[in-house]
Amino acid sequence: MSASMDARIEATPGTVGLEAETTVPVRSQGYWRGVFTRLKRDPVAMVCGAILLLLFLVVIFAPYLPLADPYKGSMIARLKPVGTPGHILGTDELGRDMLARLIYGGRLTLMLGLLPVVFAFAIGTTLGILAGYIGGALNTAIMRTVDVFFAFPSILLAIAISGALGAGIVNSLVSLTIVFIPPITRVAESVTASVRSLEYVDAARISGAHPLTVVRVHVLGNVMSPIFVYATSLTSVSMILAAGLSFLGLGVKPPQPEWGLMLNTLRTAIYIDPLIAALPGMMIFATSLCLNLLSDGLRSAMNIKD
Amino acid sequence: MLTYTLRRLAYVIPVAFGVSVICFLLVHIAPGDPLTAVMPIDATAEQQAEMMAIYGFDRPLPVQYAIWLGKALMGDLGTSIATGREVSAEVSRAVGNTLILAVFASMIGFPLGILFGFIAGYFKDTLVDRAVTALSITGVSVPNYWLGIVLVVIFSVNLGWLPSVGAGPGGSTAWKWDFEHLRYIILPAVTLAVVPMGIVTRTVRALVGDLLSQDFIDALKAKGLGRFEILKHVVKNVTPTTLSVVGLQLGYLLGGSILIETVFNWPGTGFLLSNAIFQRDLPLLQGTILVLALFFVFANLIVDLVQPLVDPRIKRG
Repeated sequence: MSASMDARIEATPGTVGLEAETTVPVRSQGYWRGVFTRLKRDPVAMVCGAILLLLFLVVIFAPYLPLADPYKGSMIARLKPVGTPGHILGTDELGRDMLARLIYGGRLTLMLGLLPVVFAFAIGTTLGILAGYIGGALNTAIMRTVDVFFAFPSILLAIAISGALGAGIVNSLVSLTIVFIPPITRVAESVTASVRSLEYVDAARISGAHPLTVVRVHVLGNVMSPIFVYATSLTSVSMILAAGLSFLGLGVKPPQPEWGLMLNTLRTAIYIDPLIAALPGMMIFATSLCLNLLSDGLRSAMNIKD
Repeated sequence: MLTYTLRRLAYVIPVAFGVSVICFLLVHIAPGDPLTAVMPIDATAEQQAEMMAIYGFDRPLPVQYAIWLGKALMGDLGTSIATGREVSAEVSRAVGNTLILAVFASMIGFPLGILFGFIAGYFKDTLVDRAVTALSITGVSVPNYWLGIVLVVIFSVNLGWLPSVGAGPGGSTAWKWDFEHLRYIILPAVTLAVVPMGIVTRTVRALVGDLLSQDFIDALKAKGLGRFEILKHVVKNVTPTTLSVVGLQLGYLLGGSILIETVFNWPGTGFLLSNAIFQRDLPLLQGTILVLALFFVFANLIVDLVQPLVDPRIKRG
């Protein structure tokens, strides 16, 4: 790897370094218990975690909650203000219940925001460990391809791929997954390369252990937590991008409720009822804030430095 | 120094090549053929084939790529399927407006981000630090397309101080350096500046805080240096990393402006892109993305070339 590439990796914001002394798990269960104990002492992270948990429960169990039909509108009850009896959060531009649409919208927004990070975590970690552990020509092939994707600002790449594929939930998931594979691969590669040069990994290799065994026993345990924390820091960006794609008319199609799409269709209502028009955006903002604060808390609980 | 510069310059070529491949493939990952969306429904198979031949879509992919690249290098990005106009002309008209917006947003976001980050890092774990940290995490968490709408509600709808959409009075799309046009750029520029400001603040705060806890700072204090001299050492040490983060964020400003331009009807590349998406005008989409990505590549190149001037370690390396 060239010197300029090293400089670039160091310069990537949020790239996590590996603190070998503190993250080496003696027994992995004990390590995670320690992380959780430290996380419990962080009030901000705990509050955010609780809010997110509540949000997840509400959107998952939405069909069992006493909510109005999110698709049923009424031409005479359009843009009713917040606090209208029967519509606690008012109604949208087609007279549909905002509370129901926000909750059902959360299902899609959260799914579209979180799934790409999960997919990218699986693919990026695999590619990164392969590149970092095997090295050589494979490393060059994987990492130079990653470099090319880094030449696109993330939102531009997301819009480019979605724009070419066309609107739709699957296309939006595909494009965001492609957006997040390169940064995760880069982090995975750099932590794997640093673990690979540790002496006990050399010792394991020299003792004749199968490469897969070395990776499973010695590498995975050390690289997973920094990669995982880095991936959690991407969830907020991913959700904002997913909602942004729908806002642009890519992603979810009407009449399905989705926060970004709702924000767009309610734009015309800012002169009539700005609060209603702002609600979907507030949901995106609040969720993304909680995701970021929880990820920050997790990062310090795991003792991973920027 | 010279080796570093040459190596960095040489590194641009494969990256730019890769970028061109991805942009070329954009048209071909689209479902169906690139013309389905724009052909009239009752077009016959012969007409379809004729159109495919006119645009060259009937040849093998590598041949198409070679022809496309050759034309692109000469500044010909093809013709828009929807309007029939030259893509390069459309993009060059729009890219100026996007750059002006990005320049204004950088003038707001970067100095504030660096200042806030420095203050927070210097007074780490105080009330000031907590306030700045809260502000910066808000900045990185806010969906800026929503923030734009909120600012329009406050400053245009309620207070009536600033215009809500457009780039100039009377639907003007050409930028002029006068007071009227400045009024139009304030809201989109502020909106665009918020996220980079938050990211720069977080980075600089972490850098400064980390640096102040290092041993050599204690050594400097022990030597009897004043606060101001120590600050000079801190500035020297954090400049290189700050510069590269700023460089990355410059690219973000170019890409991130897409959504902001849609919110404010700003006649830049973002506006062009959303038209291209809406009309499924793939050559226009492809050309705009290519130009923006190349701008990003060159912005990073310039940052890397400036790097040795502020970081003497690179020269030796």
